[in-house]
Amino acid sequence: MKDKIRIGCGAGFSGDRLDPAIVLAQKGKLDYLVLECLAERTIALAQKRKMKDPSKGYDPLLERRIESLLPILVKNKVKLITNMGAAHPTEGARTIISIAKKMKLQIKVAAVEGDDVFEKLDTSALAIETKAPLKNSGELISANAYLGVEGILKGLQDGADIVITGRVADPSLFLAPMIHEFGWSTTNYDLMGKGTVIGHLLECAGHITGGYFADPVKKPVEGLHHLGHPFADVGNDGSAIISKVEGTGGVVNLQTVKEQLLYEVINPFEYLTPDVAADFTSVKVKQLGKDQVEVTGGHGKARPDTYKVSVGYKAFCLGEGEISYAGQSAMERAKLAAEIITNRFADGMILSDYPITDIRIDYVGVSAIHRTDFKTSRSPYEIRLRVAGKARTLEDAALIGEEVEALYTNGPAAGGGVRKLVNEVVGIVSTLMDRTQTEARVTLFES
Amino acid sequence: MKLYEIAHSRAGDKGNTLTLALIPYKESDYPTLCEKVTVAKVKNHLHEIVWGDIVRYELPNIASLLFVCHNALLGGVTTSLAMDTHGKTLSYALLEMEI
Repeated sequence: MKDKIRIGCGAGFSGDRLDPAIVLAQKGKLDYLVLECLAERTIALAQKRKMKDPSKGYDPLLERRIESLLPILVKNKVKLITNMGAAHPTEGARTIISIAKKMKLQIKVAAVEGDDVFEKLDTSALAIETKAPLKNSGELISANAYLGVEGILKGLQDGADIVITGRVADPSLFLAPMIHEFGWSTTNYDLMGKGTVIGHLLECAGHITGGYFADPVKKPVEGLHHLGHPFADVGNDGSAIISKVEGTGGVVNLQTVKEQLLYEVINPFEYLTPDVAADFTSVKVKQLGKDQVEVTGGHGKARPDTYKVSVGYKAFCLGEGEISYAGQSAMERAKLAAEIITNRFADGMILSDYPITDIRIDYVGVSAIHRTDFKTSRSPYEIRLRVAGKARTLEDAALIGEEVEALYTNGPAAGGGVRKLVNEVVGIVSTLMDRTQTEARVTLFES
Repeated sequence: MKLYEIAHSRAGDKGNTLTLALIPYKESDYPTLCEKVTVAKVKNHLHEIVWGDIVRYELPNIASLLFVCHNALLGGVTTSLAMDTHGKTLSYALLEMEI
């Protein structure tokens, strides 16, 4: 058993930069690299891709990330844990194996499944958000349970160099190697709590090294163009030192750590994962040196008896159109344009197959983002009008952008720069499922 | 004075719930924040953004406050028609508050 390991996080979402993980693998002296690439809705979108093409459904950047990382990981003996399996972990594993074969590298990959509970879903169960049966949300397309550490642990015990999962709670990706290396008992909830704190701090990658943080006026951060992603030196007592590779951009300080500790936390006394109910309120942080913050404390209570399940459904088709006005009377002209559009919808002049609803008007540069300007701003020099609405079909959704475009020749003076967009929107609701309903399944692949 | 002068903030989202961490630059300003930035004041300041209840958690160990704001994201990240569906920009709405 080791008494200290180093875990890095090289991606905090599906579209994250590729190079920080390479820097971590090359220069980070890591034991483990984690790539966290699954947001709440990502897996439902992956499920849609898998339905269209059964050989897909894993993360679209998997090949690019693995091709750039694999030789370095093998050379430096760094194990990789990632949820890039998305809706199809076994196909993701096969893809990694075929890349390894081409590179003549010998590796073992474990695919963790069991999160896909679509067939087992009780569609009459209530959605947490709406308190209504799941099936009332619309046509359901995916259901994935947030699994805990079990599958990843099994993969590591089986000697996998890479563990690729579907939906797993983000902190579990980090907690699993700690349990594996330190021989922690999964019912030692204080240790599960401490490990979960560390996982939570790392899981958004650049969030703790100055990304989503920098403010040139009050919180200046150097070198965001080559932002270093974090690693933690984790002790077998569950304490950790958060840091980053020397020479990379960014900063690790008390401010970045505190901001990330509380990020997306609904109840700091009980941060629920499938592994533990973690208590974040007892966490202490201390700056040890440049870009080095020690994290101690954190506790835990028994894990929940249920899995949280994210259920994807076909929500609506979004239509959008934008147009800009600038100079004198820009705001007045933008308001006239909005009035023209809303009047055309209200008068039934826009012939859609089904009603277009929830028309939303935004004045970009004034109140589009905070939905208010706190009565502080003057009229800006230029204004962008955005019109958005919900439709049942993509054809209907396109009418919104077409209406905005038609303002060129039928609307206020000097409207320019029209952009149009349509999108099939997948919604997500959540429900709870008894833990006995599913369990992690692990399949091993070798190159 | 705006909160921006003495504190920084990070927004997070879970469904239709917005979380706002509020952290003073100087830990010695923490008691002032506890006293001045009450739930009632935040609710009033953000009334055009947050439509549900707000819960405030105090974290003296890290000298920080956490505001959990319900019904704040126009239905939530996946189905909102807003441009910033996550509410990622809303930390700076809190920092606009006068104290």
